[in-house]
Amino acid sequence: MLEDKDRIFQNLYNDFGADLSSAKQRGDWKDTKEICDKGREWIINEIKTSELRGRGGAGFPTGLKWSFAPKEVGSRPHYLVINADESEPGTCKDRDILRFEPHKLIEGCLIASYAVNAHKCYIYIRGEYFNEGQKLQTAINEAYKDGLLGKNSAGTDWELDIYIHYGAGAYICGEETALLESIEGKKGQPRLKPPFPALIGLYGCPTIINNVETISVVPTILRRGGKWFSSLGRPKNTGSKIYCISGNVNNPCNVEEEMGIPLKELIEKHAGGVIGGWDNLKAVIPGGSSMPLLPKETCETIKMDFDACVENKTGLGTAGIVVINKDQDIIKCMARIARFYKHESCGQCTPCREGSGWMWRMLERMAKGEATKDEVDMLLDVTKQIEGHTICAFGEGSSWPVQGLIRNFKDEIIERNKFDPIVKKQKDIPYLVDQHLLEKENA
Amino acid sequence: MAVKKISKVQPEKFEFSKKNKETADSIIKNYPSGKQQSAVMALLYLAQKQNDNWIPLSAMKYIAKYLDMPYIKVYEVATFYSMYNLTPVGKYFFQVCTTTPCMLRGAYNLVDVCKRKISDEENCLSEDGKTSWLEVECLGACVNAPMLQLNEDYYEDLDPTKLEQIIDKISNDEVPQPGSYRGRLSSEPENTRKTLIGNKNA
Repeated sequence: MLEDKDRIFQNLYNDFGADLSSAKQRGDWKDTKEICDKGREWIINEIKTSELRGRGGAGFPTGLKWSFAPKEVGSRPHYLVINADESEPGTCKDRDILRFEPHKLIEGCLIASYAVNAHKCYIYIRGEYFNEGQKLQTAINEAYKDGLLGKNSAGTDWELDIYIHYGAGAYICGEETALLESIEGKKGQPRLKPPFPALIGLYGCPTIINNVETISVVPTILRRGGKWFSSLGRPKNTGSKIYCISGNVNNPCNVEEEMGIPLKELIEKHAGGVIGGWDNLKAVIPGGSSMPLLPKETCETIKMDFDACVENKTGLGTAGIVVINKDQDIIKCMARIARFYKHESCGQCTPCREGSGWMWRMLERMAKGEATKDEVDMLLDVTKQIEGHTICAFGEGSSWPVQGLIRNFKDEIIERNKFDPIVKKQKDIPYLVDQHLLEKENA
Repeated sequence: MAVKKISKVQPEKFEFSKKNKETADSIIKNYPSGKQQSAVMALLYLAQKQNDNWIPLSAMKYIAKYLDMPYIKVYEVATFYSMYNLTPVGKYFFQVCTTTPCMLRGAYNLVDVCKRKISDEENCLSEDGKTSWLEVECLGACVNAPMLQLNEDYYEDLDPTKLEQIIDKISNDEVPQPGSYRGRLSSEPENTRKTLIGNKNA
């Protein structure tokens, strides 16, 4: 277990208050100038040494991402964009950072902007987080007043302005290129990649996009050294991470823990155990709703980091752990997730727009036991036709949870859905439009 | 599920108040010159706030002129994003999250309370005309589930009885205290904190 002194977010539970003076007492804004004086190369190398991977879901190495930004500023200015459009069901870590640790984020913005040559930084906050955005704005104003932002930010001679841009309730705007479209004042529909935003991003200019948690841990890493961060966890899965444990547990909570902590320890120790005891566990969604669920057997042993999750055919994603116990109907839970994706599909690519609704309707029928046995395979086939055939990763995000359900609970679905449409007494199945042809008098 | 319908009753004219004009101009300055279209989302919010929590077509036309962009582009944005209300909603607008993490902790019981105490259907005004409710997708407070959003504030850790009390207060025009309804200050584990113990209530 991570020791308290190694926790980056000391104010995760708001014991101290989020204002500038208490943030400074916790060590924020200490030696920011000295860090920047060591130069861009040093900052990026230190982040590479720390092996920090993006905390927004995909787990892309942050140092590598920053090194993609052009070294010299050409005719186009560079931008830094922070993704605070946290909408993945099961995830609520960025909200606590915005509320309680805004200065870690702002200081991280300054260092990251310096490292990628950006003078302007936009923080894209989901519209529902209006109060959290106001708290961040208060912190930004404090920082301006204290000379930590503006013309000569924190004495670094670097000019930086931070602006907040509110979203308006579209999950897809968490996808980085959709987010850029949204800042440009358009519908949030993802762009084709390449070109990647590091070269052609916001307003066609080089843009680096990072998650809130990624940027917030940067100042602490640079102060304590990349080696310290990489000593936590295991190689390629280093550092600490905020886990959000929700669903059927006794004490749902957010907790910062070391990468690679066993899932069972997270649930039993920090979240007070599964409601009804560990044996009452049905399944766990380990990384926000887009990731395939894990059956109980895997939950006993799995360690929570990027590579261990991939080995178990799922993903760490945003580390939003949703615990589902045996009192729940697992098919219904997944049908509700499918409905979420149907609602949030931006409608740009046909496989996703049509497929997400198709999956939802099929799962709803399966939850009621109105489907035939063959349809389970058909559903799997539908997910395969969405996955990989869309512009952005939403196609994968919407089909993986359904694939996870079929992979782990196929027997249970078949058990419930034994409908044979040819049997006469079940002839009033509404979706089978050709039913009348099967009836003898019409044949 | 929210269906984007345009209200049949539309006001003829819309114009920003003097204060909102100032706010709008300062928001436009946040973006590079010539990229004033970026401010469209913020301006739609302003319009929504000024016009009793919904956006009429005349406001979209006004914003299009204000930002020197085609009207259809504003219309696209207003219909794409779910937080812009294109029909009148209650002065007190309940948005209940029912996505899986909240559903697991009984969000549909809250929906039942809304149906009973506000209106049978989503997006319909209550009898006194002050409140309406809507089922929405994940609001990003899963650890504090079940929860709902009332106008801009989050009400967390609810149960049906507590929601009934909230709705009763609202119908007397009292706005109850937002936040957790089990006394939590944040997303910490209740009573069984194992981390950051030295900081506790510092």
